[in-house]
Amino acid sequence: METLLAFVIGALVAIAVYQLQRRDLVRMVIGIVILSNAVNLLLFTLGRMTRAEAPLIELGAKLPPEGSANPLSQALILTAIVIGFGLLAFSLVLVYRAYRSLDTVDAQDFVELEFDDA
Amino acid sequence: MDADLLLILPLVLPLAAAVLALLFRNVPRVQAGINLISMSGVLAVSLGLLAMINEQGIQSFASGGWPAPFGIVLVADYLSVIMLIVSAIIGVAVAVYAIPNIDAERVHFGFYPFMNLLMLGINGSFLTGDLFNLYVWFEVMLISSFVLIVLGNTEDQLAGAVKYVMINLVSSLFFLTGAGLVYGTAGTLNMAELALVLNEVESSGLVTIISMMFLISFGIKAALFPLFFWLPASYHTPPAAVSAFFAGLLTKVGVYAMIRVFTLLFTQDIGYTHTTMLMWVAGLTMVTGVLGAAAQNDFRRVLSFHIVSQIGYMIMGLAIYTPLALIGAVFYIIHHIIVKANLFLVSGVAQRLGGSFSLKKLKGLYAHHPGLAILFLIPAFSLAGFPPLSGFWAKLVLAKAGIEAGAYGIVAVAIAVGLFTMFSMTKIWVKAFLPGSSDPDAAENDATERRPMTMGTRLMYVPIAALAGITIMISVFAGPVFDLAERSANELSDSSAYIEAVLGHEESAADPYTRLDLDRRSGGVHAP
Amino acid sequence: MRLSLILRTAARLLVPLMILFSVFLMLRGHNEAGGGFIGGLVSASAFALYAMAYGTQDARRALYADPRTLMASGVGIALVSALIPLFSGAPFFKGLWTTLPGGVKLGTPILFDIGVYLLVVGMTLVVIYELDDDGLSLFPRDNRPGTTPPSSPAA
Repeated sequence: METLLAFVIGALVAIAVYQLQRRDLVRMVIGIVILSNAVNLLLFTLGRMTRAEAPLIELGAKLPPEGSANPLSQALILTAIVIGFGLLAFSLVLVYRAYRSLDTVDAQDFVELEFDDA
Repeated sequence: MDADLLLILPLVLPLAAAVLALLFRNVPRVQAGINLISMSGVLAVSLGLLAMINEQGIQSFASGGWPAPFGIVLVADYLSVIMLIVSAIIGVAVAVYAIPNIDAERVHFGFYPFMNLLMLGINGSFLTGDLFNLYVWFEVMLISSFVLIVLGNTEDQLAGAVKYVMINLVSSLFFLTGAGLVYGTAGTLNMAELALVLNEVESSGLVTIISMMFLISFGIKAALFPLFFWLPASYHTPPAAVSAFFAGLLTKVGVYAMIRVFTLLFTQDIGYTHTTMLMWVAGLTMVTGVLGAAAQNDFRRVLSFHIVSQIGYMIMGLAIYTPLALIGAVFYIIHHIIVKANLFLVSGVAQRLGGSFSLKKLKGLYAHHPGLAILFLIPAFSLAGFPPLSGFWAKLVLAKAGIEAGAYGIVAVAIAVGLFTMFSMTKIWVKAFLPGSSDPDAAENDATERRPMTMGTRLMYVPIAALAGITIMISVFAGPVFDLAERSANELSDSSAYIEAVLGHEESAADPYTRLDLDRRSGGVHAP
Repeated sequence: MRLSLILRTAARLLVPLMILFSVFLMLRGHNEAGGGFIGGLVSASAFALYAMAYGTQDARRALYADPRTLMASGVGIALVSALIPLFSGAPFFKGLWTTLPGGVKLGTPILFDIGVYLLVVGMTLVVIYELDDDGLSLFPRDNRPGTTPPSSPAA
């Protein structure tokens, strides 16, 4: 299972890197989204893949039942997903704003914008 | 006062201020007041925390009553507190400066709430003792800085912000990957426990690779060679108050994080990580930054490139990794934050009085505003390392540490870069402050018109003068500051005090409650 | 995009249900799957649906409160929930519980969840309204007055 997921993560990273190399800003945002999902999957895999129960503590018990899954890596991913959600929303608005004002989403144009005023 | 309260107030104050400022979003005066109170409050609390550490050593606080390493801990050692104090000083200075500098539109769109959220993220990064929590604080800091850098929506800002946002998102993902790999290898994210566990990991090569993930991630945040391009592309676009805050603090949070992980966690293979990687990166960062600055013609772009070259000095201290070098790095950070933020504040006044940030258009400021000229010279000379100003002492300590450690190459680079810094500062001085060249075309340009001094401009002088005063204080009283840096460096060189303050007695760490069933000490993710 | 009768009728039925469900999700969160974040998202999507059917002007009116006020109060409530333990001598962020007559348990984690809920609703709607005020053609365009309220650039 780990081996399979390692390949999946690798493929996702490859796709993301490819998208990040594009000149289109929207595609770069998509690349970042894919990359962040790949990293989340990596976190999940690093918490160890086991066949296990959901780590819900029974009423009255102090410990999760024996053989339950690792809750920490799930908590980490959840946090990372929430943060990623906020950042995605922001970067979409930003790219859209930039498109409205500068009339371009081509990364090359942004490079030229920087050196115009110097 | 209660130690726990002192540790959480630097987080609670800015968050509460952000909430209040957002609720009072239609009353700019109230917002400015709230901002000033919150920043001054953080400064007062940080000073209290310093007094407490002086008496009782490193303070730690387990949030929610969950003991370390299970809960998230806040830890304040000398390094954290020094960073807190210096950033709170900048916070207060910018809070005053922002009142005339930030226009009504930007205030309406949330300047003050996000300023406080940014402060929250910065303080959180300094105080946390948990690697994943550090990631969260970085994100708090990042998203507030994203908003602040585009606030106002000018074309320049949008173009700069796109680069800033994209590269920092990638940097965050590197950090997250690194944190995940650390967790997968060591089974914990508490930094004090990691300091113990990472030393026991069998495959030390894996730990070195993980440390390089952190080097890349923090290298982007700290603007190290070759990952600094976003900084000069974006820092000159927002208003001066915002860029001064960013220039003083944001990259230094990256440097802080780097010092933290490369003294506490990744000390297994110093020959590779410190003496090779960090040393080369430090030297190249210094050189490229200062050479880049030489080619610029915008006041703030020159300064931005100098941030890059100055970061190199701090990393040089970390790379040499002797107690004296660490003292130099900490001293350099203290000096640099104050000076660099001040120079950006000066650039804002110059823009107000001279009508532009461009060095081609500014000129003759000295004749009309000699006060500003002097206030520019103090931080500028200090930045260049002119004796007896603070930058000189910082560079002297670093050079001495380098010579003692036999790293002559980096010392030579550092001294040469200091000379080039002098060149850049002279260039700003000649172009902006002295009477312009005899070029008649330039004389006819609109830039010669002089803006009158207003109340607002006078108010902008106050924080500049105060920060210049602090620079002089650091120069004159270099001894006490050196002592403070020395205590911090001692803690960094020997992490046992930090570990004990966080983990306390071993039996509490053996609580089986949340101890995870990981093959934590087996060494390596794919260990059989 | 034209106003669709089907969408409008469906939205009128669905929106109250979704909001009710979001509150259910939030309250359920402490013991089972759910919580403030997912509840807030469901609630925000209810308002987004309303905005798609009737336009953001109407959706803003239907919400009454400015989304930024929601964000502020959400963070404020969450902060208060973390501060409450300090007054009873417990550490910052400690979860405290009390049982009301009738066996209903109340505690600071619920307060925290309510704060998260409000924050998520507020933030998501700020982003959605932001995209629309600038003229994204996802939402109906007619009966728009010429003056749109100023919107924050990216807040």
